[in-house]
Amino acid sequence: MTEQREISAEIVAIHDAAQVGEPQPRLDFPPYRSSLLRHPTKRPRPVDPEGAELVAPVFGHSDVDPLEADLTIQSGGEPIGERILVRGRVLDGDGRPVRRQLVEIWQANAAGRYVHQRDRHPAPVDPHFTGLGRCLTDDDGGYAFTTIKPGAYPWRNHRNAWRPAHIHFSLFGTDFTQRLITQMYFPGDPLFPLDPIYQSITDPAARERLVAGYDHDLSEPEWLLGYRWDIVLTGGHATYLEPEDHDD
Amino acid sequence: MTEPATPGQTIGPFFHEALPYAQDRELVPPGSMGSIRLHGYVYDGAGLGAPDALVEIRQADPAGVVPRVEGSLHRPGAAFTGWGRSSTDRTGHYWFSTVEPAPVRPGGPAFFAVTVFARGLLNRLFTRVYLPEHAAGDPLLDRLDPAERAGLIARRDDDGGLRFDIHLQGDAETVFLTFPGHGG
Ligand SMILES: [Fe+2]
Repeated sequence: MTEQREISAEIVAIHDAAQVGEPQPRLDFPPYRSSLLRHPTKRPRPVDPEGAELVAPVFGHSDVDPLEADLTIQSGGEPIGERILVRGRVLDGDGRPVRRQLVEIWQANAAGRYVHQRDRHPAPVDPHFTGLGRCLTDDDGGYAFTTIKPGAYPWRNHRNAWRPAHIHFSLFGTDFTQRLITQMYFPGDPLFPLDPIYQSITDPAARERLVAGYDHDLSEPEWLLGYRWDIVLTGGHATYLEPEDHDD
Repeated sequence: MTEPATPGQTIGPFFHEALPYAQDRELVPPGSMGSIRLHGYVYDGAGLGAPDALVEIRQADPAGVVPRVEGSLHRPGAAFTGWGRSSTDRTGHYWFSTVEPAPVRPGGPAFFAVTVFARGLLNRLFTRVYLPEHAAGDPLLDRLDPAERAGLIARRDDDGGLRFDIHLQGDAETVFLTFPGHGG
């Protein structure tokens, strides 16, 4: 099995050859072995969105129960781990809030274990934690989840491979073309330089955008620690002819 | 004042408890009047089905109107929302029960807008599934070579359904799309 130092050397070589400012991960990123057979080899074709591509799906209060935003109260008891609040805003590329839109998250428990059949990590399952959450953004694009800080976990990309702690986020914009699935990380994680998924984003400033900030103003005394993470979706509203936006 | 976008990351292997839900792929009830099955396989570069992919569609209704109504997550009693989500099974197969979209503008193409996610795929991919009867004169299709063009047009099943395979890589690689503002 490949050693970490070989993976790390591959990552460094790719970064050294990369131009500054690539905004998105490379799809072809060999240090992430699972990408080898799953990346397109041709460049995507530019096209102007039309029809259904101009309109994101709509979600509302019939879709999401407000209690789904608190991952610490879902399973009949207190989950184990460090209680945290993750709060932020979903914005489009023009800085406009994405209102009343669906946010879905999933994550490992404090021990680094998912509630998932395929997770074979010999760490304890927490009977009081599923790691699943949903919410709708508010009129300011704001979202908030109360949860448990996830643990790092091992995987089989190479020998002694560990993922930095992260929360998976699924997001919708106002246009279908703004659809995003990504991962939020925690500041100062020592596993960052070793992780080929995080490092598939070759530009350091772009990688930083996936790291939440610790925000003491969000922490609640004798209760939880607060993290802030804003999400910016690609582009503005493509065919937004001048806004009839009277409400801001 | 364009803000830099938050980068994507792979959906990973552990999304199955989080994203799929009851009737996620049933935009209309299977077997209901006017319903068809849109289905196919997601293949990797070795031609193997990807058992850990997720496909989402967005579409107009049979009158050419793109619905803007809630209810996709709790379908019973909800109107047609024009959005659905299907994870692949262990063979890489996905399916939707839906209705055929009509062109949104007269004489325009009729297509399903598609997003693809998978373990091993570091960012989402966009493509289109064109209806065979409404593919003529489309500016995107007209720019493609014949094989690429054929890859974006669904094939009609004997039962009237639509078959559309997604090849992430390889000789039959699907044409994926990038939109203004997407950058890399
Ligand atoms: Fe994960």
